[in-house]
Amino acid sequence: MNGQEVAFLILAVIGGLAGLLVVTSRNVVHAALYLVVALASVAGVYLLLAAPFVAFVQVIIYVGAIVVLILFGIMLTRAPVGRRVLDNTLRARVGAFVVGAGVFIMFTVFLGGAFGDERIENQGATATEALGESLFRNYVLPFEAVSVLLLAALIGAIVLARRD
Amino acid sequence: MIDAARDLLDNYWVLMPVKVLAVLAIFLTFPLVVGYMEHKVMAHMQARLGPMEAGRFHGVLQLVADGIKFVQKESIIPKAADKWVFALAPAVALIPAILVFGFIPYGPDLVPIRSDVGLFVTLALSSVSVIGVLMAAWSSANKYSLMGGIRAAAQLIAYELPLVLAAAAVAMQAGSADLAVIVERQGWWGYIVGPLVIGFFVYGTAALAELTRPPFDMPVADSELVFGHLTEYTGLRFAFFLLTEYAGIVSQSAIAATLFLGGWKGPFLDGPWWLAAKVLALSFVVIWARSTYPRLREDQLQSFAWLRLVPVSLALLLVVGFLKVYEVGI
Repeated sequence: MNGQEVAFLILAVIGGLAGLLVVTSRNVVHAALYLVVALASVAGVYLLLAAPFVAFVQVIIYVGAIVVLILFGIMLTRAPVGRRVLDNTLRARVGAFVVGAGVFIMFTVFLGGAFGDERIENQGATATEALGESLFRNYVLPFEAVSVLLLAALIGAIVLARRD
Repeated sequence: MIDAARDLLDNYWVLMPVKVLAVLAIFLTFPLVVGYMEHKVMAHMQARLGPMEAGRFHGVLQLVADGIKFVQKESIIPKAADKWVFALAPAVALIPAILVFGFIPYGPDLVPIRSDVGLFVTLALSSVSVIGVLMAAWSSANKYSLMGGIRAAAQLIAYELPLVLAAAAVAMQAGSADLAVIVERQGWWGYIVGPLVIGFFVYGTAALAELTRPPFDMPVADSELVFGHLTEYTGLRFAFFLLTEYAGIVSQSAIAATLFLGGWKGPFLDGPWWLAAKVLALSFVVIWARSTYPRLREDQLQSFAWLRLVPVSLALLLVVGFLKVYEVGI
């Protein structure tokens, strides 16, 4: 095992544990804070894969914006300190299990089908320039499609929030 | 003698501790200097003297005395608080604030940690500090703290956007996200001459709001919320939060100087002293703003970010991109 693999193992264990705690934690705020740890360890994995740009964007977007937004939402609605928040009904648990297991199976099947036992060679660090080039030259159409999708989500949110 | 020292520094295991110590030294001195400056500058702006006793000469050791006082104070954790989150919050806020100092280019070859995406690293680290503020706000089990936390979160989400967009305009102009390269591609006058001067003002305003400094200090508004997320903190943990704030002023000033004012470059004798001078000048402006402007109201704060700063920074991005593509020099 080389240093990279050891580091990956540590990150995988931390991230996996944090992920488990996100769904088992009895307190929503604790769950959101464990989510920070899980997302940060994913950023660590990106760093190990020599993709620093993706890693730090992961931190800015997920830790800095999305979790902050989640915490903001929780604090604005209900966040009793100490008292436990238990609204996990059996139905919700079964639904969550089905979705989680489905995603897990999907990823294992798809990734296994795509790469199988193939070993991917160690590549040098992805230069940010190369990333931008491929994103805006080769994949510009999917990129624009995603931005239209986001715009649709934004308009949908406004429609839902308006009362008149 | 100098050659021997240079050979020694080529060894990674010698160089790394030296870098760590140097960054720690900067982290432990500059925020204190800015803190002392705040005492004295505000005092003189308000026609009083400020600290005059500690350290004999004009109270130069006032903050050291304050530090000793904080260490002696009892560390209280409220009974209803969420103990772990409460105890960890200052560390979550402080550690990213220290790490930012490692990525700033201090001189031509003085970059402790050089990264291809240094700009994004510093932005990412400063966005992590917010989590510490929210942890403190929620875990204190105090409604003033919680209100402060909600305000802080709303404010930081709103101002993160113009901050990142203004920084992106600089990265676009320089053609790199590496802070060292960004400085190298500027003249000593920086990007202040040209359209990016608007970016400088947008970045400065957004950074002031990110630091929750007046006139954007709604989250800790003392007349409404006692002290926001800091209300329940005492002793060392409180001191850590204060240190985070002053370290934030220094690091944001350093990043702004790096992005817009030519970093360590000067009209003569390039070197770290120019960066230090620019940082102190920008910190002075931060303090100046505190003693000049009244606090904004929450809705003014939000509409200023979304209706003014975001459109301006988007337009700036467009202009810089246009000039870059058609190769009109700035």
